[in-house]
Amino acid sequence: MSTQHTATSDNYYVPGLSHWPITASVAMALLGFGAAFSMNNMTGGNLLLILGFIVLFVMFAGWFSTVAHESEGGMYNRQVGMSFRWGMSWFIFSEVMFFAAFFGALGYMRLYSVPDLGSIEHQQLLWPGFKGDWPTAGPHFKAGDFTPMGAWGIPALNTALLLTSGVTITIAHWGLLKKNRAQLIWGLAATIALGMIFLGFQIYEYSHAYSAMNLKLTSGAYGSTFFMLTGFHGFHVTVGTIMLWVILFRSVAGHFTPENHFGFEGVAWYWHFVDVVWVLLFVLVYIL
Amino acid sequence: MSTATHDHAHGHSQDGGHAHDDHAHDHKPYGMMRWLGSTNHKDIGTMYLWFSFSMFLVGGVMALIIRAELFQPGLQIVRPEFFNSMTTYHGLIMVFGAIMPAFVGFANWLIPMQIGAPDMAFPRMNNLSFWLLPPAAMLLIAAQFAPGGGAGVGWTMYAPLTTQAGPAMDLTIFAVHILGMSSIMGSINIITTVLNMRAPGMTLMKMPLFCWTWLITAYLLVASMPVLAGAVTMTLTDRHFGTNFFNAAGGGDPVLYQHIFWFFGHPEVYIIAIPAFGVVSQVIPAFSRKPLFGYASMVYATASIAILSFMVWAHHMYTVGMPVETQLYFMYATTLIAIPTGVKVFNWVATMWKGSLTFETPMLFALGFLFLFSLGGFTGLVLSITPVDVQIHDTYYVVAHFHYVMVAGALFSAFAGIYFWLPKWTGRMYNETLGKWHFWLSLIFFNVTFFVQHFLGLAGMPRRVPDYALQFAEFNAISTIGAFGFGISQLLFLYVVVKCITGGEKAEQKQWEGADSLEWTHLPSPAPYHSFSTPPALK
Ligand code: HEM
Ligand SMILES: [Cu+2]
Repeated sequence: MSTQHTATSDNYYVPGLSHWPITASVAMALLGFGAAFSMNNMTGGNLLLILGFIVLFVMFAGWFSTVAHESEGGMYNRQVGMSFRWGMSWFIFSEVMFFAAFFGALGYMRLYSVPDLGSIEHQQLLWPGFKGDWPTAGPHFKAGDFTPMGAWGIPALNTALLLTSGVTITIAHWGLLKKNRAQLIWGLAATIALGMIFLGFQIYEYSHAYSAMNLKLTSGAYGSTFFMLTGFHGFHVTVGTIMLWVILFRSVAGHFTPENHFGFEGVAWYWHFVDVVWVLLFVLVYIL
Repeated sequence: MSTATHDHAHGHSQDGGHAHDDHAHDHKPYGMMRWLGSTNHKDIGTMYLWFSFSMFLVGGVMALIIRAELFQPGLQIVRPEFFNSMTTYHGLIMVFGAIMPAFVGFANWLIPMQIGAPDMAFPRMNNLSFWLLPPAAMLLIAAQFAPGGGAGVGWTMYAPLTTQAGPAMDLTIFAVHILGMSSIMGSINIITTVLNMRAPGMTLMKMPLFCWTWLITAYLLVASMPVLAGAVTMTLTDRHFGTNFFNAAGGGDPVLYQHIFWFFGHPEVYIIAIPAFGVVSQVIPAFSRKPLFGYASMVYATASIAILSFMVWAHHMYTVGMPVETQLYFMYATTLIAIPTGVKVFNWVATMWKGSLTFETPMLFALGFLFLFSLGGFTGLVLSITPVDVQIHDTYYVVAHFHYVMVAGALFSAFAGIYFWLPKWTGRMYNETLGKWHFWLSLIFFNVTFFVQHFLGLAGMPRRVPDYALQFAEFNAISTIGAFGFGISQLLFLYVVVKCITGGEKAEQKQWEGADSLEWTHLPSPAPYHSFSTPPALK
């Protein structure tokens, strides 16, 4: 693999001093201490958390708008654009590995720990009557039976929504490449709408699970994996939607050219990644 | 210099500690913001290295508390809970606070210079990677003062101990999260820099091996750190939000934690070892005055170690209860790693073969690395044999094993690198005599401390205990004496470095005759604040 060094006409952009990194570091300190304190009901925890989120928000807004302005100001040559693309790809890879840990936990429970708990020795010695079938809340679950989440209602609809949103964002991308601003903006708007409907359904599904199905985060192995996997995915959809909003505003403001639009592309990649994770979720969590 | 819109104050450094040179564009920002807001890979590298050294002292004091308690059988100095907390945070701080940041410091200083790049690919994110470390260190230190004291759960943080520990555990978990973010961002930066910032003509296979080892290490970090984040996140939700990942009553399993942790944990040991390989692969050729033997095979060996390292994790779990077939698989897979590791050791030896060798301090540390790391590799092979490991798992034999690879391996290689590049970084030479003293004292005291631990382990002394049977008394006393000697010798290192920075003799551009990477051939000593703003011309 040979890398092309196209940008020798002007130098690689090395920014000057910036206070955003140290701001982010302050935010993380506030959030770390705040979360630890408030989870242990210690005084000041919630205050630190709120402060942390405020600083974090200011940091993101400030840092990203700096980058957007530098980009629009023409400071980034193609080599910088290439850096952004490598960076985003590896970031997404790290996210894949984060989800892999939770998918791994699901697989381990279904294939090993739950069947083991229902094995002959355990049935005789520890957990009489526990069959080890999936879905389960484990052999010692006290809060009554729950109904597992079916696949073919809202989840199937959500799958369709997300897959469609993958199409609409591609249509938006085509619009950008063809210099058709309207197509870009409407494609993005449709993507955002689909993402938000998805999130709405997800919220409805959760509240239905809690109120009508006795299915909770605390419902043993099934509850833990179901809510943590779909929850982290939902969080990523939320982040993706926020990023799409930013890209929409920037598009309306006339940002991006067919040659220079890493911001758009990065978010589109992220959106596709969220999409793929959902398909995995749909198969491994809902159907199987 | 890129654009006119720099918002930083231009001006020459007022800092007398950094020798001036006459480069016209060598603008250094001054004051606090030079460090807090830095976008300079050299300054950020310096911060990483000093941070690492201070954590090395903090973790070192914890180690000495452990050894002081173990000097004699019985409980003398600390309470058992505090002892457990010390073993935990000693491990966490040394791994995440001392060794890993040290090598990221090297990466920052060296990669841009060695590939002819103006800086790292993402200079601001680079600074964030560094500045996430102090909050994480604060969390780890604050954990000592949490109600109930530090979490005495071991650096591996196994459930169910962690799901029952006090508030210190939460501080620790968030520290691990933040450390993970720092590592991931740092790694993305390094990968992008190596892949995208090389000067024209600097092909991948022409890069100094140090850059290769960091490229591969960064890949390991991006792939494994998020998995650790997942593991501690599950611990957190099990503790506070009622999930049952590690609770058998709910269908989970504490062993699940171990699987996830070691899926990260074994690559992690190579995250520590591989940059060390990189440093040694620069130092040994320089003092042998010969190119590295088998460059390409070094690259392939490193890559295969990286790939294999994701397939051997359960060798840490032989005693946890798993099917014999699984044990066999993990045993064979683990022993396979010895092959690429052996390739490297033989290549280093072959590099020296018929070289015209000299033994300055960096070379001494590199040779110390070579001997003692190999010894640690051998004990690793012993441990990889399941029936043997069942006997000596969680004994001092394991403690001896990993200190040979982590201290005499990684740390010695970091020392080798510091002595090797100090002239390039500071423009001044360290005191060779004192450097050699540092080496010999470290070498001797290291072995006094850890060699005897092999025997302790074989005789059955378990690790992570504050008290032990009388039969272990002599070896423990010896080990403690060695540990204090080792600790004090490191103050000598600090003295040598400070002396070098403040008043060492002027160093030459190519201080080491046999050094041939770009920072020696193309840049003066000290390296200018901004190097290679335009790519160097290479053949
Ligand atoms: C040929 C290479 C190696 C082999 C075959 C090997 C094998 C092993 C095995 C089987 C264990 C588990 C022992 C037990 O807990 O019973 C172990 C533990 C350990 N190894 Fe290695 N190892 C090798 C190299 C390394 C390297 C290069 C490092 C780090 C730089 C390292 C760091 C560790 C650590 C930290 C532990 C202990 C973890 C803990 O339980 O706290 N090893 N090694
Ligand atoms: Cu291992």
